[in-house]
Amino acid sequence: MSIGLEHYLVLSVILFSIGLYGALSKRSAVVILMCIELMLNAANIALVAFSRFITPQLLTGQVFSIFNIVVAAAEVTVGLAIIIAIYRRHETIDVSRIDLMKW
Amino acid sequence: MVIMEITIPNTAVWMILLLPLAAFALVALVTRFSGKPWLSAWLSIGATLAATCLSLWALLSVMSSPHHQIAIAGFDWLVISGSAGIQMGIILDSLTAVMLVVVTIVSLMVQIYSQGYMHGDPGYPRYFAFISLFTASMLGAVLADNLVMLFFFWELVGLCSYLLIGFWFDRPAAANAAKKAFIVTRIGDFGLLAAILLLFSQTNTVDIAQLHNMAIAGTLSGAVLTWAAIGIFVGATGKSAQFPLHVWLPNAMEGPTPVSALIHAATMVAAGIFLVARMFPLFEASPEALTTVSVIGAFTAIFAASIGLVMTDIKRVLAFSTISQLGYMMLGLGVGGVAVGIFHLFTHAFFKALLFLGAGSINHATGTFDMRRMGGLRKLMPWTYATFLIASLSIIGIWPLAGFWSKDEILVSALESQPVLFALAMITVFMTAFYMFRVVFLTFGGKYRGDNRPHESPKVMVIPMVVLAALAIGAGWFNVNGGFASFLGHGESYGFIEGLFGIFTHPLTWASLLMAGMGVLLAYAIYSAGWLSAERIGRLFRPFYRLFFNKYWLDELYIDIILKKIIINGLFARLKLFDTLVIDGLVNGVVRVAMNVVFIGFKSFDTLVIDGLVNGAGVAVSTLGRVLRKVQTGQPQLYGMFIILGILAIGLCLVFAG
Repeated sequence: MSIGLEHYLVLSVILFSIGLYGALSKRSAVVILMCIELMLNAANIALVAFSRFITPQLLTGQVFSIFNIVVAAAEVTVGLAIIIAIYRRHETIDVSRIDLMKW
Repeated sequence: MVIMEITIPNTAVWMILLLPLAAFALVALVTRFSGKPWLSAWLSIGATLAATCLSLWALLSVMSSPHHQIAIAGFDWLVISGSAGIQMGIILDSLTAVMLVVVTIVSLMVQIYSQGYMHGDPGYPRYFAFISLFTASMLGAVLADNLVMLFFFWELVGLCSYLLIGFWFDRPAAANAAKKAFIVTRIGDFGLLAAILLLFSQTNTVDIAQLHNMAIAGTLSGAVLTWAAIGIFVGATGKSAQFPLHVWLPNAMEGPTPVSALIHAATMVAAGIFLVARMFPLFEASPEALTTVSVIGAFTAIFAASIGLVMTDIKRVLAFSTISQLGYMMLGLGVGGVAVGIFHLFTHAFFKALLFLGAGSINHATGTFDMRRMGGLRKLMPWTYATFLIASLSIIGIWPLAGFWSKDEILVSALESQPVLFALAMITVFMTAFYMFRVVFLTFGGKYRGDNRPHESPKVMVIPMVVLAALAIGAGWFNVNGGFASFLGHGESYGFIEGLFGIFTHPLTWASLLMAGMGVLLAYAIYSAGWLSAERIGRLFRPFYRLFFNKYWLDELYIDIILKKIIINGLFARLKLFDTLVIDGLVNGVVRVAMNVVFIGFKSFDTLVIDGLVNGAGVAVSTLGRVLRKVQTGQPQLYGMFIILGILAIGLCLVFAG
């Protein structure tokens, strides 16, 4: 059996779903950040797979995924900075206990 | 007299009216402030003199014109598009011409006389302004060719009489007399106005000549005609002081005496007689109206004469005498026609003006009008005495003075058609003779009983009296051969035409002279010779004396009973009660209902519905907010979940629907 586009996409969906589940259900902000990272990478797999199988002569999808990785690095930086700031103020990173946006 | 043979031009006829009017305007607006009272007087007299000359010219022109009528074009005064407008026009016929001459001559004499009588009065220029306006108004009424214009000047006459009777307005009696004259004549004017409106609504015209033609042709007849004629007569009753609207005239004595002369002779009271004469074809077509005129006239004649018997104020005697003589004129109109009534107006104007000027002259000398404080003036005031005597003889109808001719005309006509009224008129002849000579004997006979030093009046007062005395003697001769009657009656002649001496072939002449002679004799017996005592006779006929002296209590009847009891206490009180109970109740009820509706109904509507809507919206929004804000947990994971669920829902919709 040869590995085709579907395989990559299924992998991507599985990774995305795991990431989504983790982002919505985990309490630790660091873990949520990691899960978001997972979702971004699932998207990257999908982008590269489409690029490879649908338009191999163009590199748009692959360039876009590199772009994504850069953005993800920046995102982690800012996200961790926020988490540290929250921790300094509230002495917790449990998102269920951080409800500053509550009514 | 070459100029008199030329027919008077239209402009000149208009000038008769406009000259006194212009004099009024000039005196009132300019010369009154000039500081020269004589200027105002001369202006006024000059205008009237010119009007007199023009009136005489007009009379001669009318006499020489074929139908005794000169057509003069009018002009539109008030134009109502698509409907009958109102014109300002002139009728110049025999009636107008005679009236013009009477009005202007008497007014001229009165004005000349007033220069002496009113000398030094602070309102001297004002007086002449009013007199000019008065004359102009009367001339306007006489000249008017339609009823609206006539009514307009008729009211102006009323206004001027108000202004002149109340000339000394700082005296309460004068102010009240002026109001009384105005209000009482207004009651009559209501009748005239109603008649004009009735005629206009029925015939669509107010033109006098057209109304005459309709009445003569019979297109205007029946009840409408009768009521219109009676309405006109009611107007005449007010102005000409006929029973029962005569009460203003005796009070009008509060005005200056020359004004009384003018009112009683030529302007105010003559207007009523003139009106009936002017509208005479309407009366002629309605026997009922004509009978009303005769009966009221005859009754007024004897009624007023009876009061005149006992008055002690010389002007009041003359006032009641005027009412009585106006009654004669009405009787003359009723039984004999225009010529008979107007002939008496014509002669009466001169001798009654003279009597009043004489009374004014006496007042000028003695400072009183009370005859009990006069007497013996015959030697002191010979001119006044002579002229007054002539006027008195004329008014009681002594041959060959003016009053004789006109009064006999009336008596003859009355005898022919209404014997009962003739009897009343004959008794009035006796009464007239008695009260006039009572005045003569009390004033001029015996010894002076006052405390002034009487003297003859100045020439400016005596000369007009002499002129009027000449007219009081001679004015009757115009009809000795029926000339006046045929002139006014358009060719027909009334009464009898026997000439200056031929009149004595008629038994009636002797009868009326006998009645007058008896009256004079009785007056002589009581007030001069002293054969009979006035007090004893007064006591003997005490009820009558009191009845006459209190003027039949008519003033009291009008004021205390009709005005106060019936109108004020009765009618007005009822109306007030009605007003309080029904109208106020209605108004208050409406207000209360409105209050209830507005303040309770509308208020609750407002509270419940409007407020409910507004508050309900607020409450609903805040309640919804209270519920929905629970969703805002501040948990981004939950928000994320909703987002994912939403995306899944949209995805499912697209999959299954697409």
